[in-house]
Amino acid sequence: MIELDCRGQKCPLPVIKLAQNIGKVGVGDVVRVLADDPAAANDIPAWCRMKHQEYLGSPTENAFEVRRLS
Amino acid sequence: MAREALLAALADGWADPARLYSAGRRAQQLSEAARAAFAEVLGVRDDEVSFWPSGTAAAQAAVLGALAGRTRRGDTLVHSAIEHSAVLHAAARGKAVEVGVDRLGRLDLEAWERAVAAPRVAAASLISASHEVGTVQPVAVAAGYCDEAGVPLFVDAAQSVGRVDVPPGWSLLSASAHKWGGPPGVGVLVVRKGVRWISPYPQDDLYRPGAPGSADLPALVAAAASLRAVRTEARSEAVRLSALVERIRERVPATVPDVEVVGDPEQRLPHLVTFSCLYVDGEALLHALDRAGFAVSSGSSCTASTLRPSHVLEAMGVLSHGNVRVSLHRDTTEADVDRFLAVLPGLVAGIRREAGM
Repeated sequence: MIELDCRGQKCPLPVIKLAQNIGKVGVGDVVRVLADDPAAANDIPAWCRMKHQEYLGSPTENAFEVRRLS
Repeated sequence: MAREALLAALADGWADPARLYSAGRRAQQLSEAARAAFAEVLGVRDDEVSFWPSGTAAAQAAVLGALAGRTRRGDTLVHSAIEHSAVLHAAARGKAVEVGVDRLGRLDLEAWERAVAAPRVAAASLISASHEVGTVQPVAVAAGYCDEAGVPLFVDAAQSVGRVDVPPGWSLLSASAHKWGGPPGVGVLVVRKGVRWISPYPQDDLYRPGAPGSADLPALVAAAASLRAVRTEARSEAVRLSALVERIRERVPATVPDVEVVGDPEQRLPHLVTFSCLYVDGEALLHALDRAGFAVSSGSSCTASTLRPSHVLEAMGVLSHGNVRVSLHRDTTEADVDRFLAVLPGLVAGIRREAGM
């Protein structure tokens, strides 16, 4: 798993970072995004749906986990 | 049309309609004629119509007045998650239960039926069609559930009046003149006979169910004239604009990668279309479109005064950044839409390139 610290960044930056780094983990592995922009909680799951990746949920406040599917 | 009516009414409608001198009586006649025009278009009685300083004021008076009229029955407002923020702010005054929508922005009718049938519900509020994504709501069915539960339904019809018919069954309805091309500063509230409504504001000496103080009569006359005018062409305009919206809905995803067109593709307003572009800053896209001569809106957080994403996009679970809302009007031509479709892909690509995508 890799962790991307996007705290303090406004959307769409956390989603851009996620898209740029998802290829750095293997298929089946997880990327954790730390983001405190209020849009992240909405836009990270929406990105997963649009790009066919799996949104795993938010384990803690301002943290979002995504599993690479392809 | 609205402009001519406004100028004519400025000459004749300056006087206080409550006064007995002849100028006052003429003003009273103008006021009554405007009221009758609204009543006719909305299919209600003249005395069910009241005028407010804005659509926002009318919607908030509807919610607060309906709740105040039913305090013995309950204290809870049931509302959809996609109401206009004016209604949500009014709802925040007391107890409220929110009913969600699906990915297309359609009300969850099963949850609505359960919510309005619960104890202590005083009133319910449903927007006729989403002002952000255009999805038309199942007002008739929702009204049926309210009727079964004995709960008055308020419909915020700001997006629909003058463009599309609102199904019957509601108890209160509000509209806003500048949404149908009339002057700003005119809100309309209809409270059906037999619906208990108590003004949330202190009243004036004249008892009348409405906003206290004098209405802007010239604006009212202009609003009535413009409503009559848009109604006569509403059907042909709906067909024309709906086809242009269809073109945008089809061409944008075909020419711009990673775009989500949001809202119901069929049960939608004729003139409004919304889409979100991945990796795009909504504010940057708004300014780029503005420089290209297009005035559009956005539900992205970076464009909002609250710096939060649109509660409507959140409730639907659709992408909120890179969001663009295009509203077409009677002066929008096919050539305008084609030029918009021609410039959009390059603008989006430019913003993505700058962001490193």
